Amino acid sequence: MNNELSAIEKTVLSDYKYGFVTEIEADEAPPGLNEDTIRFISAKKNEPEWMLEWRLKAYNHWLKMQEPSWANIKYDAINYQDIKYYSAPKQKKKVNSLDEIDPELRKTFEKLGISLDEQKRLSGVAIDAVIDSVSIGTTFKEQLAELGIIFCSISEAIQEHPELVKKYIGSVVPITDNYFSALNSAVFSDGSFCYIPKGVRCPMELSTYFRINAEGTGQFERTLLIADEGSYVSYLEGCTAPIRDENQLHAAVVELIAMENAEIKYSTVQNWYPGDKDGVGGIYNFVTKRGICQGAHSKISWTQVETGSSITWKYPSVILKGDHSVGEFYSVAVTNNHQQADTGTKMMHLGKNTRSRIVSKGISAGVSNNSYRGLVHVGKNAANARNFSQCDSLLLGDKCGAHTFPYIEVKNNTAVVEHEATTSKIGEDQIFYCNQRGIDTETAVALIINGFAKEVMNQLPMEFAVEAQKLLAISLEGSVG
Amino acid sequence: MLSIKNLHANIDDKKILKGINLEIKPGEVHAIMGPNGSGKSTLASVLAGREDYEVTEGTVEFAGKDLLDLSPEERAGEGLFLAFQYPVEIPGLSTTNFIKTAVNEVRKYRGEEPLDAVAFLKLMKEKMAMVNIDQSLLSRSLNEGFSGGEKKRNEVFQMAMLQPKLAILDETDSGLDIDAIRIVANGVNKLRSKDNAVLVVTHYQRLLDYIVPDFVHVLYNGRIVKSGPKELAFELEEKGYDFIKNEFKVEA
Ligand SMILES: Nc1ncnc2c1ncn2[C@@H]1O[C@H](COP(=O)(O)OP(=O)(O)O)[C@@H](O)[C@H]1O
Ligand SMILES: [Mg+2]
Repeated sequence: MNNELSAIEKTVLSDYKYGFVTEIEADEAPPGLNEDTIRFISAKKNEPEWMLEWRLKAYNHWLKMQEPSWANIKYDAINYQDIKYYSAPKQKKKVNSLDEIDPELRKTFEKLGISLDEQKRLSGVAIDAVIDSVSIGTTFKEQLAELGIIFCSISEAIQEHPELVKKYIGSVVPITDNYFSALNSAVFSDGSFCYIPKGVRCPMELSTYFRINAEGTGQFERTLLIADEGSYVSYLEGCTAPIRDENQLHAAVVELIAMENAEIKYSTVQNWYPGDKDGVGGIYNFVTKRGICQGAHSKISWTQVETGSSITWKYPSVILKGDHSVGEFYSVAVTNNHQQADTGTKMMHLGKNTRSRIVSKGISAGVSNNSYRGLVHVGKNAANARNFSQCDSLLLGDKCGAHTFPYIEVKNNTAVVEHEATTSKIGEDQIFYCNQRGIDTETAVALIINGFAKEVMNQLPMEFAVEAQKLLAISLEGSVG
Repeated sequence: MLSIKNLHANIDDKKILKGINLEIKPGEVHAIMGPNGSGKSTLASVLAGREDYEVTEGTVEFAGKDLLDLSPEERAGEGLFLAFQYPVEIPGLSTTNFIKTAVNEVRKYRGEEPLDAVAFLKLMKEKMAMVNIDQSLLSRSLNEGFSGGEKKRNEVFQMAMLQPKLAILDETDSGLDIDAIRIVANGVNKLRSKDNAVLVVTHYQRLLDYIVPDFVHVLYNGRIVKSGPKELAFELEEKGYDFIKNEFKVEA
């Protein structure tokens, strides 16, 4: 019906409230990528020789690779020689405690709603704050250390716990895995590291907050999280960036390892700058996230709320190696204006009696494109594997697109794999029903999309669920009515 | 309270309402009857502010305001309520959360403080008893998987929660068995007061046994062709709509 379309298509730019820049002097590498760049980064971080060698190996492999083109996204070619691969806010001196962090940086995080002040912070959350290429501080380190939990920046882990890093880095996402992970392996500058010892239930949410600040830089963070036998951890990452006309590249790698009976819950609220309403600027978000359920009865659960970035390319995956292990993927991806998202998961069933569950909710508005791409693989020996996938798309208007690409490979005939998919439109009748009850259109849209995404939002830690709900509403502000 | 003068409305250039005149005063109950397709739901939708309909002529005054000048949510804020003939489903949105949002948005419009959780629950308990609705229904997604009767009861419950000045019930009786009709009517009757009014749109006379109207109007082919006291409803029931159709041969 023509009327409906015209009402829904009126797209107004919603304001990105994290778009400010912090004026702080930075210690930077000149733009460009060659072996010297990698040596520069490694030297800045005072890394051991094995780390440098690993990076160089990744770089040389990357040189031989092709940028992938199979995703349902379009963008101008990235010039890898134009990017600065290292930028660190210049702190007056080396900081030994959180109290010594430059007040400008502290203010930046406060503006983002992240307090690095342990007293002021939500008591149940420990934070590692990463700006551009470096971690500027981690809260609650001492309390966690008492339990034997290591939670620090990856740079620090390379110095302090080289045996753990050396053993696990690249063990889930090998340097040869894909174009962007190879690039990350060569130039990653910081990120978070976490180790939960045997039998320990981490008493608070661990959280990393990533912030791109400097112009012309890429952000390549690396996160490594190991949950030893019988342990549990819930981890959350959040991200924002300033408003800029240029596109900035973010290519992260996250590796998770769950030993026998361990459980990792990994949640992401991704709100990188999405570009303006004409599609100018925004973050290119090319991320490789993968976890391995190494031991029997282990569990890895990914939850993501993706509202930002001009391009999102990410497939948080689980390798279900241990018998009776469980993998989950809960995703809400919102695209508005010219945003493009190609996101989903891979569930690799290798062990016996492994189970996986996929719940993907795509919301598209404006002239955006939102694709779910998923693979369920059941190996020869994965007797009695079970998968259930539910992929729902919600459209706001008729100029946006929703696509579903589910791939299924089953090599064991005892497997049961189920896939359900729906596509619906926010109806004018739903909005009118709300209007008639006194609810304005903005609020009505927020209620409807949060209802649509509820099953995923319910997976988020309480502290973040409310924020994430608001974020969904803000991302779609002005896209209807 | 409501004054409709010479109201004409189109949808997609098709004339549907062709000059409606209707006066409703506080405390009154009016019934609109008429065969299917005569424009009853259209009238209800135009009053509620649905955009698909284009008002081409006429005026509507509600509580001293030019109703046609207000957005649908402003009309709700002014105290106009429509119980939908076909209530809409919103998956994942709990009925309670929806009603709480509605109640507080309407309060905001009137410059009142939002109800806190305790006050809201108290109001809910009271109205739930009144319309005989179950708690478990209210914790489910809005209208999703509700039976026809449950949807209608939910409409009446929302009406009770919002306490409107003017409630328009669009075929709230259709699809209900006699017990459910009695409950719905009971809810409406408890809401009646000297300050508010009810406009009951129905196809059948039987609802009017329970909600006794002060006036009955027959809407046919976009016009009110006959008005009278409650006895008019019995006449319609007895003779069927054909006599109206014959009497007012289509001169569209
Ligand atoms: N959305 C619409 N598009 C086209 N015609 C419509 C629409 N809605 C209603 N009509 C037409 O308007 C007339 C009146 O319908 P309606 O108001 O629903 O009647 P009633 O409620 O009295 O049964 C009917 O002829 C119907 O087909
Ligand atoms: Mg009708």
